[in-house]
Parts: sequence; structure tokens; C-alpha cells
Amino acid sequence: MKNKEIKNSHPFIIKNCMLTTIATGEKAESLRELRDKLMDIHPGSVYYHFWGGLLSPRFEEPEFNNDFAAWAYRALRDPVLAERLAMIDPTPFADIEDLRQEVIEVIEERLYETEIVPVVKPDEAFCFIRSQIVIFDTYRRLIEPKELASVVPTLSGGSIFYHFIDARRRTDERIDDFRAWLKGFGNTYNDLCDMLAAVDPYFTTLVELRKTLSKIFKTYFGEDEKA
Amino acid sequence: MKKLDLYTSIVGKDVIEELHQLAGLLKGRKVVHVNSTRKGGGVAEILRRLVPLMCELGIKTKWKVITGDDDFFKCTKSMHNALQGNPIDIPESLLRIYEKTNAQNAEVLRKELEEADIVFIHDPQPAPLIKFCPDRRGKWIWRCHIDISRPQRHIWKYLRNFVVDYDASIFSIVNFAQRLPHPLYIIPPSIDPLSEKNKDLDAKEVYSVYDGLGIDMGNPIILQVSRFDRFKDPVGVIQSYRLVKNFTPSAQLVLAGGPATDDPEGKVVLEEVKTAAGDNPNIHILLLPPESDRTINALQRGADIVLQKSIKEGFGLTVTETMWKGKPVIGGNTGGIRLQVINHHTGFLVNTPEGAALRARYLLHHPEKIKEMGYKAKEFVRANFLITRHLRDHLTLMISILYGVKERIEL
Repeated sequence: MKNKEIKNSHPFIIKNCMLTTIATGEKAESLRELRDKLMDIHPGSVYYHFWGGLLSPRFEEPEFNNDFAAWAYRALRDPVLAERLAMIDPTPFADIEDLRQEVIEVIEERLYETEIVPVVKPDEAFCFIRSQIVIFDTYRRLIEPKELASVVPTLSGGSIFYHFIDARRRTDERIDDFRAWLKGFGNTYNDLCDMLAAVDPYFTTLVELRKTLSKIFKTYFGEDEKA
Repeated sequence: MKKLDLYTSIVGKDVIEELHQLAGLLKGRKVVHVNSTRKGGGVAEILRRLVPLMCELGIKTKWKVITGDDDFFKCTKSMHNALQGNPIDIPESLLRIYEKTNAQNAEVLRKELEEADIVFIHDPQPAPLIKFCPDRRGKWIWRCHIDISRPQRHIWKYLRNFVVDYDASIFSIVNFAQRLPHPLYIIPPSIDPLSEKNKDLDAKEVYSVYDGLGIDMGNPIILQVSRFDRFKDPVGVIQSYRLVKNFTPSAQLVLAGGPATDDPEGKVVLEEVKTAAGDNPNIHILLLPPESDRTINALQRGADIVLQKSIKEGFGLTVTETMWKGKPVIGGNTGGIRLQVINHHTGFLVNTPEGAALRARYLLHHPEKIKEMGYKAKEFVRANFLITRHLRDHLTLMISILYGVKERIEL
């Protein structure tokens, strides 16, 4: 049942963001070195190598979803490790340190299994990158949730990244901004929030993500109008 | 109509809106770009496009070119080669000329450089300018366009003395970044889809360009467009061509290049290429003047197979240009080519003349693959390597550096 009585007094402020990528200067030329550097590398670097690809030059059909897995496959030529690393989904990790530990554990398991630690050519070294996020206001505001149906399809990749992915790092409940805002309307949009919660933001591209979200909002509010 | 609006149909309205939003935060800022040539080479090409667009967005942007004599360019060419890994020693006397030339240029440019909010210094040629502008008030950024992943250490040590004074550096790909005591930004370069070199051409014009050059479009054409530079391996391309010709006797090779005012070595390499080609009438060596963008456009559109068989490459804008024309590229497995040629998707990465020949043979016998890979190549460039993305990265970097290099900047 949708309760129309409760109003959220805060508009949804549409922001946009850009990532600048910054080389840390840290490189790893073997799996052991990757493990060692991972222990101390800036947390922003761990975040970048899982999520940064969505806002950086990247082929739309990547074989692997994070840079560690891609490097294991292409440079170390270790498909076993690549598959295991690729299956690490960063979405449920509330803390970047937990994610870092998970990657280190997968690498250590592989180091334990293998007798020889391969070394790559210098030009194939894993280069640790960190990112810097620049966030700015687009001066677009939403008052009514139903506006999401027409506005989300027009949002830039940066806005989708900021509100649907980056939000999980900065909201108290570790959820996207759409759900955080909709919850301000009481229980009215619980069904819609459940639909948004079911969207996997990781194994996709920002273009695909925008399509998925647009479809959800259009379907939901289309039904709402008919009712 | 404003120039930026012309890109809407290519990249989408949201991308152009984003540029205006970002630029709004930089309105009225003074920016100066400095390099060493106005014509020839990728850097001049990027600046020719980027600078007017920055001006249109309300950022007061100027492009200055330093001047120097033959010895200066001989020194900077050697430095370029040494930074890309060639074992070269540069005599002390040439290094003194390098510094003196920069000091002389600083006399002319000092006022504008010291007053600017942001100064972009491109490549090693003008790098010492910073030493001669002690009262600079803005942020200085060294933009390195070349592959310095494994430089000759003594030359890098020498150049580093100048670069450490900058507030930040930019490298085209992460592997090129050297340790420096300031932020090392990564920004790939770009092409302009509306330029003479990249805009759409009709088939008639393409045919007429080939016809005018005496090349028969009725037979398969293998093309490499690049300066006559050993790092581009033009002799290796001829070797590949000879291997392909064993299986496709009608194949022709076109090597198209042009002189750049800062490249004194070009003539020597051109002679080496002519010697390697011998008197084979199916090898066409074209020395094109700097204003041949439209001709290059036609050559790329009309070729069956396009190579960029570099053994060292900063980024490889000719790869981007070719991919934008919906063609896969057979590229050397090096530098920025790796960032663009996704093996088996947007082209093939190769390590030898034999490898290039193998992939050329494959594509010549699978024209449907050329179409399929070419489509992916074009879309990849649209998303990542057009000037609108490059402009966006520059604006973001400028905001980042003016507002303080923090992990999050919320404006």
C-alpha cells in the first residue's frame, strides 16, 4: 500500500562527479610483491582498482571486473588466480579494509599453492593508481519521486556513479542516494527500494546501470499512474 | 552555433552539459600551454583543438611555442630518444644550449607565465622554463606525452631537476609515471572527430586522393601513417608487407609520414626506409607536408589493413584516428597502443614483423571481422578518446589542483 501522506521536505539534489586518476608510483612485478604492496597501499587505491574502471577508459566488455584479476590473467598468466580475484564482489564490503583483506587472502592462498612465484616484465608491472573525486552540483532538483522516471535516463555517467555507487561509501546505511531519499517518504516507496536494492552495480557498466535504473523507475511510476 | 555544440550529435548532450558545468567553476582563470612546435606531431595537434574549446568555455587560454636553433632541437631529440630508452649520451655543450634556449624563451614569455593561474608545459623541450620564472603565482604542470617508463637514468636524472619544481605532472598512461614529489595525474590524449583529419569523407573523395597519389584502390592496401622515426619501425612494416605479399601478391604498402620541425632525425630514417623498400613499385613512400590532414583522413578510410607497428609509443594517436574510422588496428604491443587496441576486439597486438603479417593475412581473408572489430573500435574511441573527454579531464584536473589535491573535493 502506498502512503501518499508523508512528504520528504528535502529535495533530491542531483550532483555529478569526475574522477581524476593519480599514479601512486608504487608498482609490483610479482605476485608476492603485489601482496606486500597491497598491505600498505592507500585505501583509495584499493577502491580505485575495483570501482574506478567504471569512470575511466575501459573496454565495455572487460573479461575481468577488477584490475587485480585482469593483471593476474594478462601479466602473470595465472587464470586460476584471475578467476578467484574476479569473483570478489566489492559491493557487500562496508569497509575498504575488509575488501583489502579479502584480496590479500586470495593472493596468499595462491602463493601457498604455487611453488614458483612468477615475475613479470617491467612494462607489465601492476601500477597502483588512486583516484580523486571532484563533486559538483548540477543545480537540478527533484521534489517528487515520480520525477525520477523522466530524469534518471538523462543523467550522466558521473551522476549515476555518484548517486548509486559512491553513495555507499558515504551514507550511514551504506545504501545508494535514491533509496536514502525515498526512505524519507516513510514506507511509501518500500517496494521501489527493494527493487533498487536488487540491482547489482558491480558486474555492469554505467551505461547499462543507467538503463536498468531507468527501467525500474519507469515501470514503477508507470504502474503508479495507472493505479 | 558554438563549436562545442557541434559535438552534441557525436557524444551526447549530457557530455557537453557536463563540460559547461565544470568550466563554470573555472571561469575567468588564465591558462597558458607551452610546447615547442606549432605544426607536426601529436602535441601540436591536440593543442590546436583544445585551446579554442577552453576559450569558448570562458577560460582565458593561450598557446605559446618556444623557439630554438638546430642544436637545441638536436639536443631535445636526443633527450626524447634517451627518455624512451635509447642508450644516448648528450654532450654537456648541447645541454648548456638547451638551458640557454629556455632562458632566452623565458625572457619573452615570463610575464604571461608568471601571471597565469595554471601553466601546462608540454614535454621536455620547455621543461626548464620553470627555473626562469621565480615569481610565478599559479600552478605549473608538466605534461609528459612520451613513454618514459624505462629512461636512460642519467638523462632522466638531469631532466628531473627541472620537473621536481612543478606542482603536478601528467602522463598518458600509468606505466610511464616516474616517482616525483608531486601528484602524478594520468590523462590519455585524444582526437577531434570534427577535424580535417577525422571528419567523415565521401567515398568519391577517398578514391580521388588515392588516385591522385597513383595508388590503385582495386588492390588490397596496407597502410602505416607515422613520422619516419625508428620507434615507429617503418622497416619492420616493410618486412611484414613482404611476408603478406607471399600470400596476397596484389597487396600494396603505403607508408605515409611527414616532417616535424622538432625532429631532425627524420631524413636519416627516411633514407633507411627507401633503401629497405628498394625499387618495389607496390611500396609507396609518401612524404606529406604538414597540412595534409585531409589526405591522411582519406588514406586511413581507404586502406584495407592499418598498422601501427611501433616498438615504443607514447600514446599513438594514429591508432585512435584509424579506430574512429571504424577500422581495427594491428599495433605494436607497447605503450599507449595497449590502452587502445584490445586484443581480438578492437585490433591485434603484435610483437614482431611476423606477428603483424600473420594478423594482416587473417584480416585480409576475413573482411567480416574487419567490420565487426571496426565497429567496436569506433565505439571504444567515442567513449574514451575524443577531445571532449580530454577537455573534461583537463577541467577536472585544474579544479583539483586549484582546490587542493584531496581525495574528495565537493564544490
